[in-house]
Amino acid sequence: MSDEKVFVVDGARTPFLKARGRANEFSAADLAVAAARPVLARAPFAPQQIDEVIVGCVIPAPDEANIARIISLRLGCGKAVPAFTVQRNCASGLQALASARERIAQGRAHLVLAGGTEAMSRAPIQWNAAMSDWLAAVMRARNPVARLRAIAGFRPSFLVPVYALLLGLTDPLVQLNMGQTAEIVAHRFGIAREEQDTYALGSHQRLAMAYSSGLMRGEIEPIYDSRGRVYLEDTGLRRDTTLDQLAGLKPVFDRKYGSVTSGNSSQVTDGAAMLLLASETAVRRYGLTVLGELVGEEWAGVDPAQMGLGPVHAVSKLLVRFNLQMGDIRQMELNEAFAAQVLACQSAWDSPEYARDELGINTPHGAVDRSRLNMEGGAVAIGHPVGASGARLVLHLLRSLKHHGGGLGIATLCIGGGQGGAMLVRAGGGQA
Amino acid sequence: MSMNPELANWRMEEIDDTVVLTLDVAGQSSNTLSSAVLEEFDRVLGQIEGRPLKGIVIRSAKTRSFIVGADVTQFRTISDAMQATGLARTAQGVFSRLARLPFPSIALIHGNCLGGGLELALACTYRIAREDEGTRLGLPEVRLGIHPGFAGTVRLPRLVGDLAALDLMLTGRSVSARQALALGLVDEIVPDRHLLDAAYAFAARHPRPKRAPWWKHVPSWSVLRKPVVRLLQRPLRKKVDPEHYPAPYRILDLWRRAAAQDAEALSLGEMMVSRTSRSLVDIFLIGEELKRRGRRQPHGVTHVHVIGAGTMGADIAIWAAFKGFRVSLQDQNQEALARAIGKAHGFYRKKLRKRAAIQDAMDRLMPDTNGNGLRRADLVIEAIIENADAKRDLLKSVEGIVRPDTLLATNTSSIPLEILGEALKDPSRLVGLHFFNPVAQMQLVEIVRGRQTGEEALDRARAFTVAIDRLPLDVQSSPGFLVNRVLMPYLIEAMVMVEEGVAIEQIDLAATRFGMPMGPVLLADTVGLDICLSVAEMLAVPLGIQVPERLRETVARGNLGKKSGRGFYVFDKSGRPKRKAVRRHSDVPVTERMILRMLNGAVACLREGVVSDRDAVDAGMVYGTGFAPYLGGPMRYAEALGEVGIASSLKRLAHEYGSRFDPDEGWSRPELLSHRMLPQD
Repeated sequence: MSDEKVFVVDGARTPFLKARGRANEFSAADLAVAAARPVLARAPFAPQQIDEVIVGCVIPAPDEANIARIISLRLGCGKAVPAFTVQRNCASGLQALASARERIAQGRAHLVLAGGTEAMSRAPIQWNAAMSDWLAAVMRARNPVARLRAIAGFRPSFLVPVYALLLGLTDPLVQLNMGQTAEIVAHRFGIAREEQDTYALGSHQRLAMAYSSGLMRGEIEPIYDSRGRVYLEDTGLRRDTTLDQLAGLKPVFDRKYGSVTSGNSSQVTDGAAMLLLASETAVRRYGLTVLGELVGEEWAGVDPAQMGLGPVHAVSKLLVRFNLQMGDIRQMELNEAFAAQVLACQSAWDSPEYARDELGINTPHGAVDRSRLNMEGGAVAIGHPVGASGARLVLHLLRSLKHHGGGLGIATLCIGGGQGGAMLVRAGGGQA
Repeated sequence: MSMNPELANWRMEEIDDTVVLTLDVAGQSSNTLSSAVLEEFDRVLGQIEGRPLKGIVIRSAKTRSFIVGADVTQFRTISDAMQATGLARTAQGVFSRLARLPFPSIALIHGNCLGGGLELALACTYRIAREDEGTRLGLPEVRLGIHPGFAGTVRLPRLVGDLAALDLMLTGRSVSARQALALGLVDEIVPDRHLLDAAYAFAARHPRPKRAPWWKHVPSWSVLRKPVVRLLQRPLRKKVDPEHYPAPYRILDLWRRAAAQDAEALSLGEMMVSRTSRSLVDIFLIGEELKRRGRRQPHGVTHVHVIGAGTMGADIAIWAAFKGFRVSLQDQNQEALARAIGKAHGFYRKKLRKRAAIQDAMDRLMPDTNGNGLRRADLVIEAIIENADAKRDLLKSVEGIVRPDTLLATNTSSIPLEILGEALKDPSRLVGLHFFNPVAQMQLVEIVRGRQTGEEALDRARAFTVAIDRLPLDVQSSPGFLVNRVLMPYLIEAMVMVEEGVAIEQIDLAATRFGMPMGPVLLADTVGLDICLSVAEMLAVPLGIQVPERLRETVARGNLGKKSGRGFYVFDKSGRPKRKAVRRHSDVPVTERMILRMLNGAVACLREGVVSDRDAVDAGMVYGTGFAPYLGGPMRYAEALGEVGIASSLKRLAHEYGSRFDPDEGWSRPELLSHRMLPQD
């Protein structure tokens, strides 16, 4: 039995809002609701007609358990629509789309709302384990003497907070910060600081151009806060940044001899991207306009200390499986976790040794033409709300492909923990 | 098993020596305490008071309420004070019998428990309320110009303390079950599934009945009663004139005298036959009638799309989402949408308080730059700038997108519907929904019928209006409809007087002393002089109104009123007008000129058939502008003055000030003036 075709028929994202120390006003659920509400409003069917809601999110707030269900109910999909949340670190949004794609391909669903959301500025700060133990001991104490004794066990170190965000951005096994993994791949492929900064500058310039040309208009839904302010664009975009300014920044991960700075890394941001996926049957039944087709995805594992190379492997598997050359890919969205990591992936694709030793193929795939890679900028300028980025990449890739003339595209990300994910899409597909 | 087949309104069951008495007033959707209901209740009490029971549980069979109060329609049949006092005494007697039962009595309260209904509950040994948002308890009598008369003024202070009781009675506000528990008004709150269990438990345990702690009774120490009353009167006087609204002052007076039930009944009799109470009761009943007319048909609306995020559009959207509808608010201007969303947050925070409820309302209200909400909307309300061409273009493009059964509405205040309808393929689905500013406070919505408007559109518009808790009033599409048509001459006359040199403060003071909620000059400043000017100009030709030069000049200078910080008044930073002290003049000539022009306009509306009857005029002006409710609206006021006298006063004014005072010919057509909504006795 051949798989059903899976189409993206609509989608939108919020502007990505830079975390500036304090928690932003919007929770992860708020962001996803703001992104998906207009999509459902303009759909020709009622929200209750949706078969399933799938959302990727890495660190939902403690009051957002199974955040997908919360989002679904808040969107008015009704109690009968099931919903689940997926977590695959930086690729959670891509995983949500992959899961939704599979459900439709298997013929088990016709309309699925899927995407990703993250409010990184609101990642909780927790008590450490010693504090929890101490609290439990105090609570358990049965008489005043025991309680006093338990209370006396308190030590100031119990007050040292645990930052969920920092933990989330640190590999628990190799004990490396994500930025340090970028330093490692930069070193391995000899990516100089200037190359990284130049790449970062390009990201800002490309995004700025996309905004001024109106290309982003249909993709972004403005978001409104309780104090009567509206956000129309990604707040991390710096139209006025220069190479000099970027060169002036100090490395943040390997402070003395490193090359990865906050300027050539993705920004910690809040945001959501939500897409509406439909089967061929649903497209016909409701007369939906097709944005593009989700053809398939591949996942790959790499050394956690070099997690930035994940896309090299995932894309390679995808090309091999579908018997494609890199040149067949009209556009690629490769998540800019770090400029160094993007450039390292490019070097790896070009490298015959890497192809032979690591990918197990005879000829390298070759790097992607820079003019077709992240054409409207990437996470360095836009930001990388970890759970949302995968969905943003696919949404933007489809819209961008459509704008630039269609064809095949790949959206890919490196994944903390040492993985890569890649999805092959085809723009258009018309009234399939 | 019913032991009393002859009871028409009560159902009696007996379980384990406990009587469960359920009120289900025949032929009504909610329970009221008519004489018949009380008489049956008295009979039931007579049957059970001698029996060895464990207790009696009193509850309601209606889904949405316990008892909503006395039967207000019965108020209108009362002709003299002694009759009213007699009714109160009867009810007091029945409730005393209830209070004296040798076994505990338990009121099981869900939904509205108001007025006489709460007084019944107060006579019970215990009160148990259902813990949800739908449960509301209160004594709203003061809003009908009377005060509690079934021993409420006596029992409530004992139960919750003096200050809390006075607050509830003076404001007439209702409280939720949770607040009632905190006040001590109820003994326990439980979810629906536990109501009966809780009642049996109270009957079995029979704990000592609640009473407010001693310190809550300190104000009732005899030396303190007088100063406490003086303290409470001061803020009251700022809000209500004792000449116009004596009831709240009477509540304080009864409390100061520590009046017993009999004094309460006597006082109630007096209040009930006062003009204030009669007017307020009539206006209330007309409002109920308007709601009833609105409920006849379904509205079929779940999603409302509002276009234009200006003041009116935003307020309509915010209100509709507050009342449970899914709303999209469309505007190209994102700053305007942002302001609307900010305003919605503030409003919901104040009204809903709880985070989940606020979030729910905000989720229902979708800002919409691109018109995403249009396609599936059941009702589209346009509230864009008051420009016929702009509105026509908009409606035409909207018609191309929406479903064929979507109701189209315009919030225009001056453009005839016939002109807007020309743009549509199917003009029968276009109706006017004319809201008043501020939407959250003004209950009226004019349902405007153009020549082409279809019956179904009108039915749905009325039903929707009732569903968002507003009062739908049918008006014909004609310049200014009812409310602006009647109000504009009044505002214009005020401005003419300003031109003549009368102090603005004096004009406004005369109007508020008459009973208007705000003086005309300040009203114009608050609405915005540019808006006043455009409405005046729109009405100038069809109604022969002379637009005052002073208004034109002020607007031309950029002084638009409150929003620009300066209009006729100068406003301080917090938006309060700076008022100069005025010497006390006689208000009579000022008031007479303004009010008589209003009355003249009201009769013209009747004559031209803008509204169907004089009660509609009164409802429109009271609910739409706050016209002196104690007078019952312009037509009731005219009736009290005497129509013949008004016509001759107008003639005199016309002689003195010009033809704008010429009495409308409607004054001499009694058949026009005889139509009413409420039955006449």
